[in-house]
Amino acid sequence: MSEESTISSQKVDALYEQLDREAEASGYHLNPDEEFTRGLVEGLLTNEQRYGYRACPCRLATGEKQKDLDIICPCDYRDPDLVDWGACYCALYVSDEVLRGEREVQSIPERRPPEGQRPQDRPARAPERPGGESTLPVWRCRVCGYLCAREKPPGVCPICKAKQDRFERFW
Amino acid sequence: MTEATGSVQGSHNEHHVKFYGLSTCIWCKRTRQFLESQGVNFDFAYVDLFHGKEREELVAEIRRWNPATSFPTIVVDDAQCVVGYKPEQLKEALGL
Repeated sequence: MSEESTISSQKVDALYEQLDREAEASGYHLNPDEEFTRGLVEGLLTNEQRYGYRACPCRLATGEKQKDLDIICPCDYRDPDLVDWGACYCALYVSDEVLRGEREVQSIPERRPPEGQRPQDRPARAPERPGGESTLPVWRCRVCGYLCAREKPPGVCPICKAKQDRFERFW
Repeated sequence: MTEATGSVQGSHNEHHVKFYGLSTCIWCKRTRQFLESQGVNFDFAYVDLFHGKEREELVAEIRRWNPATSFPTIVVDDAQCVVGYKPEQLKEALGL
């Protein structure tokens, strides 16, 4: 039925370790339930093989990158879900409380708005800026909220590692 | 390899149960394991393993019950639906 080849456990291990290292370095945490988390990492690799990018394993990707930008892991909804629910939608990432065992991870409601109302659907215009000296544009990472004033957004967010196409003009 | 669609036979066949999931989703996996552990008879479809028109039709079916078309979606007797990994809600809907 499926044209996919299986993902090797070495590949899963490698990505698991990389994501864990990057998460811990920037104040995020992977779900400590290793079996669960390895399953999600395998799903990310499956989606990368299918679509060419790591779409959320728990959401239906279209295969058109521009339409799926907000659900490329880490998704645009991870940080608010971590605050409200202690975990992101697929529960790859969890909060400090969950890590300390003070809160339980559960299946949470979908925060992603319907098509047409998603972050990538917003017009790419610069909002009104307050009077200031700098003429540099300010860019905002839609994943983690990181702001920087420079001509162009960075290739990779220094905080959450989201790619350049996840930045929007803030000022 | 996950089958895209099929049926699981179980001793609990009082209800018509349809399970819509994604093959990469661990909450879907847990939900299916729960249904199997409870001996529930159900049909399943992994929407990410379908393409084109077939996928669109499945998504339209799910949207009727769950406008967010999130996964897993479990439709019971074409009358009610449970979204997400919710063992207690499933027990209630299925009289387990």
